[in-house]
Amino acid sequence: MSFLDMDERLIELADKIELVYSPIADIKEFPENVDVTLVEGAVTNSENEEMAHLIRKNSRLVIAFGDCATTGNVTAMRNPFKVEDIQRRAYIELADKNQRIPDEYITIAQLLKTAKPLHEIIKVDIWLHGCPPTADQIWFAVNELLQGRIPVLPPAYLRYG
Amino acid sequence: MSVITFTIDGEQYSAKEGDTILQVARDNKIPIPTLCYLEGLSTFGACRLCVVEIEGSPKLFPACTTKPTESMVVRTSTDKLKKYRRMIVELLASEGNHQCAVCVVNGHCELQDLAYEVELDHVRFPYLFPKKSLDATHKDFVIDRNRCVLCTRCVRVCHEVEAAHVWDIAGRGIDCEIIADLNQPWGTSPSCTSCGKCVRVCPTGALFDKGAAVGEMQKESGFIKFIVNARNKHEWVRTAHEEE
Repeated sequence: MSFLDMDERLIELADKIELVYSPIADIKEFPENVDVTLVEGAVTNSENEEMAHLIRKNSRLVIAFGDCATTGNVTAMRNPFKVEDIQRRAYIELADKNQRIPDEYITIAQLLKTAKPLHEIIKVDIWLHGCPPTADQIWFAVNELLQGRIPVLPPAYLRYG
Repeated sequence: MSVITFTIDGEQYSAKEGDTILQVARDNKIPIPTLCYLEGLSTFGACRLCVVEIEGSPKLFPACTTKPTESMVVRTSTDKLKKYRRMIVELLASEGNHQCAVCVVNGHCELQDLAYEVELDHVRFPYLFPKKSLDATHKDFVIDRNRCVLCTRCVRVCHEVEAAHVWDIAGRGIDCEIIADLNQPWGTSPSCTSCGKCVRVCPTGALFDKGAAVGEMQKESGFIKFIVNARNKHEWVRTAHEEE
């Protein structure tokens, strides 16, 4: 979502890039032969993990986008606890009705033992921090990429939280 | 008092007997990152961020506890030192639960500043996500051990300046934790005077004022130097330098 913070710069960007996949675009399958993929969020369930591997396979450059993808951040606050304890809390203790821990993982993804930063699952080429990354930070990185350079973020753009 | 002449990064400096390398570097505006060091408190040499190279030795020396000798050649920012400093910050990050986005000192945190200083773009070691406790039993303050980097500033300020000695370290190695008195809830501590010095000197959000929201808490550790100076030298002055 913070990508949209680039506001009017998005119009300029639209002429230079081809958006081939996004959670807010109506494309169901992650395409092949992608130049750059920005991945937001920690890897916290089986679906994320599968997707991460697919993204790596099909992308030349992978950018961990934001603090959750870089450090695990808030998503990883569950990590000191056991998955069963978290599920009991969420699906039984705090549920008003139909208390039941999901056991058939057909429609929902299974939680991994811990939420992990993206680079603990797949090779990551560039890290863009921040919660969320600022528009200027993203604009800098995207422009560097468009110029054919791997963005090396100046210290001013290093920002956790 | 004898004067020692030695070299830091190719420039000659003089030190009074008893000065540490860090003091001389600070006086001459040579940046050396520190974390456990705090002017006014005893030096501890625990965090290892201030390590420097000394010609003729393969070891690295903490600048905060090492005193210069005549003609010593010190280097403060070699590639080797940068590599180790980054590694230290990575280990600190991976051994705690530091979620900057929801932390009371977000934007005013010495650990964050260090991460930027060592240009930490990501942590290469696996995060351990240890199970740590939070104690909110004190009426005014909270200790969240998830964010503690074990710099022991709180232990030292409580013992050396407030003379209450509430805080100590329990455990070994990676399981070390800051505890109140005989490992009891902070709110039940009979020795705590509720002075809040530990909260002010804590470099991270591990100690904070109750009720502070994300990013709201700003620490002010500079006053310790003022108190200690006033006590020892009877100089009740706060210079611009101290207020930095």
